[in-house]
Amino acid sequence: MSKVVKRILITGNEACAEGAIRAGCRFYAGYPITPQNELIGYMSKRMREAGGTFIQAESELAAINMVFGAAAAGERAMTSSSGPGISLKQEGISYLSGCELPAVVVNVMRGGPGLGNIAPSQSDYFQATRGGGHGDYRTIVLAPASVEEFATFAFDAFDLADKYRIVTLVLTDGALGQMMEPVPGSLFSDMKPAKRQSKKGWILDGCRGRKARSIKSLFLKDGELEELNKKLQRKYEEISKKEVRCEVLYEKDSEIFLIAYGIVARIVKSCVEKMRKNGLKVGVIRPITLWPFPNDIISKAVSKAKSMLVVEMSEGQMVEDVRLAVGDKCKVRFYGRSGGNIPTEDEITKILIDSRRGK
Amino acid sequence: MAIKRKKAIVKEKTAIHESIIAAGFGGQGIMLLGKLIGLSAMNEGKEVTWISSYGAEVRGGTAHSMVIISSLPISSPTVKEPDTCIIMNVPSFIKFEKKIKKGGLIVVNSSIVKGNSKRKDIEILKVPATDVAKKLGNVRVANMVMLGAYLKKRGFISIETAISSLKEIFTSKDETVIELNKLALKKGWEAAGGRG
Amino acid sequence: MKKVFSRSKLLKDVPTHYCPGCGHGIVHRLIAEVIEELGIREKTIGIAPVGCAVIAYDYWDFDVCEAAHGRTPAVATGIKRVLPDRIVFTYQGDGDLAAIGTSEILHTANRGENISVVFVNNGVYGMTGGQMAPTTLINQRTATTYSGRNPKLDGYPLNITDLLKYLNGAYYLERCSVHSPKEVLKTKQAIKKVLQNQIEGRGFSLVEVLSMCPTYWNMSTQQAVDWIGANVVKQYPLGIIKNGDQA
Repeated sequence: MSKVVKRILITGNEACAEGAIRAGCRFYAGYPITPQNELIGYMSKRMREAGGTFIQAESELAAINMVFGAAAAGERAMTSSSGPGISLKQEGISYLSGCELPAVVVNVMRGGPGLGNIAPSQSDYFQATRGGGHGDYRTIVLAPASVEEFATFAFDAFDLADKYRIVTLVLTDGALGQMMEPVPGSLFSDMKPAKRQSKKGWILDGCRGRKARSIKSLFLKDGELEELNKKLQRKYEEISKKEVRCEVLYEKDSEIFLIAYGIVARIVKSCVEKMRKNGLKVGVIRPITLWPFPNDIISKAVSKAKSMLVVEMSEGQMVEDVRLAVGDKCKVRFYGRSGGNIPTEDEITKILIDSRRGK
Repeated sequence: MAIKRKKAIVKEKTAIHESIIAAGFGGQGIMLLGKLIGLSAMNEGKEVTWISSYGAEVRGGTAHSMVIISSLPISSPTVKEPDTCIIMNVPSFIKFEKKIKKGGLIVVNSSIVKGNSKRKDIEILKVPATDVAKKLGNVRVANMVMLGAYLKKRGFISIETAISSLKEIFTSKDETVIELNKLALKKGWEAAGGRG
Repeated sequence: MKKVFSRSKLLKDVPTHYCPGCGHGIVHRLIAEVIEELGIREKTIGIAPVGCAVIAYDYWDFDVCEAAHGRTPAVATGIKRVLPDRIVFTYQGDGDLAAIGTSEILHTANRGENISVVFVNNGVYGMTGGQMAPTTLINQRTATTYSGRNPKLDGYPLNITDLLKYLNGAYYLERCSVHSPKEVLKTKQAIKKVLQNQIEGRGFSLVEVLSMCPTYWNMSTQQAVDWIGANVVKQYPLGIIKNGDQA
């Protein structure tokens, strides 16, 4: 047993919170909602220990707007919720985007629409990748597939948010949020934040030694708003070039690619490993950034593959982005489960075998 | 930031893959039972996942947790057809008995669940966990009696690891709590035919 | 000739967009004067609302942040918690504070956040075209109460500042008006008081200012001023509503 590397058993929600603390997040405001309660619970204790601010807000609206204030004052700030609460936060996310304020928002997805249920889901993909609120904007979306990644992506999210002065979403589901699995014992102690860029040039901290300034998203003068929109688009273009993350398995010889993100990607990987043993040439594409979407990687894979199967815990959302990336170059099939159901390996295997038979 | 994931899997002679549902009333320590299985398996170098499932009620309703132990990476943490069920009350017996895989195991708290299983294709282990726990002076350790019996029966995890892992779960409690839980684990182990 | 009055240095030398007879300009000036007199310009951060005062940052020469409609106190909370040694105040209208932001003002007061609030109550939504506000008087005509506010259909005027006095976290609450020079001077003292409270770390302090909107009251400037003295103060009596100094 002495060879066993020390590991920690921890829930995804708690690992995410600790990753954020390690990134230097010192402001958290949230509101209870299942399945992200372990996150706010962990923060309530840990954030104050770390000398930061924890506020249990009166609503998700208040929470995201407190984050707005904290970000305007230059702090690394975060909030978290699940679908119904994330819908309320869209107001603040839009304002943050308009004001170019950095912030991190975590969505531990549950089944919808409406109150839906509290079981795992991936049905907020559209909301996350299209901006979500009103106006012409985007947010970076990171999709972890393990408890360890949930922690490291929360950590990374703050650097990305600051680098581009953008809202970064960590999008996961109730299963990854609530489940426990081992992470390396040194995971958190190894998290060393990179040197931070100074925010002195734009934050509001009182106008000592400089001209007074404002943070705003209202642009009434002729041409002003379009100018902002164009500026945002240039920023989004840069992010699309530099920040795409994607994992590809069996890139070279796969005839069929299974495409999935988050927890579903693990299931799909497991299927593929088993099918490979049976001599089937199948591969996996796992988008890690859902925005920017790995269009080029998918488009490249198409040149060799005959078809693609997109698997999601929704009735078909990411599949639209895959179809846009693929065009008419190959057939894109879809398999989805919703309402809190997680697709099983058996289900996916059956779909694949059927599709090979041309069903 | 790049953190390399350290592989911590100890090579096994034969690969194992065990899915467990532990179920009972909220308040019977079901979550703790599942977590201790997960923690002990992890401490023995196995891959594990643990996930809970609650009803809308907090106390008195049924609660269950799903644990997977494997020598390989685990894809989904949810368990639909368990290899083993650890059942502490009647509603859970009714709900999960039918879902157990053919050839699987059900460990039943026979102090509370009196009926017999109709299934002939699964193995049944009856443990009077509540009675044993009462004799030990605290009904709340019935969960550990159940766990002790399970550990003996399946043999995937050693009772020594479970005992040493107790300390990681009860970090802030005093020694007497750990001692009582330890004793309950041993009693369960003996109830399943282990020598004390 | 001796100069007895001049524009505060903290008011930018630009024309405002406010209508003739509007009270916002007076309240803006009072805030600028008080901040100048207290010598806190370089550590002040104001939060502008959504409503007629939305571009207040174009008029004040100190740091000002935008906020979504009604979320003004939540944004102030975020800033103040991060920078507890700065002076943070919100400037809110009656729609912002007493309708869409009811929840935020109530809970910010209840948490006892050490911020100052200047609440301008003119009984109407100005920016959107003169619709009914929560503070609109009974029988008052607005763009959405053509035949006058009917409490059976439109609800009653909301005395939100009076509500706040029951919250343990609210330290100081006062209602003033800018309909006469005398009341303007009192308002200035009240604004000074709510900022002074924050400097001294006493907690949540709010001044409500009754203000004129001749445009959407369909009145002349003089009529609007008289209307406050004759009618508005009956629904919203002037004076200190809660004073933690005397608790």
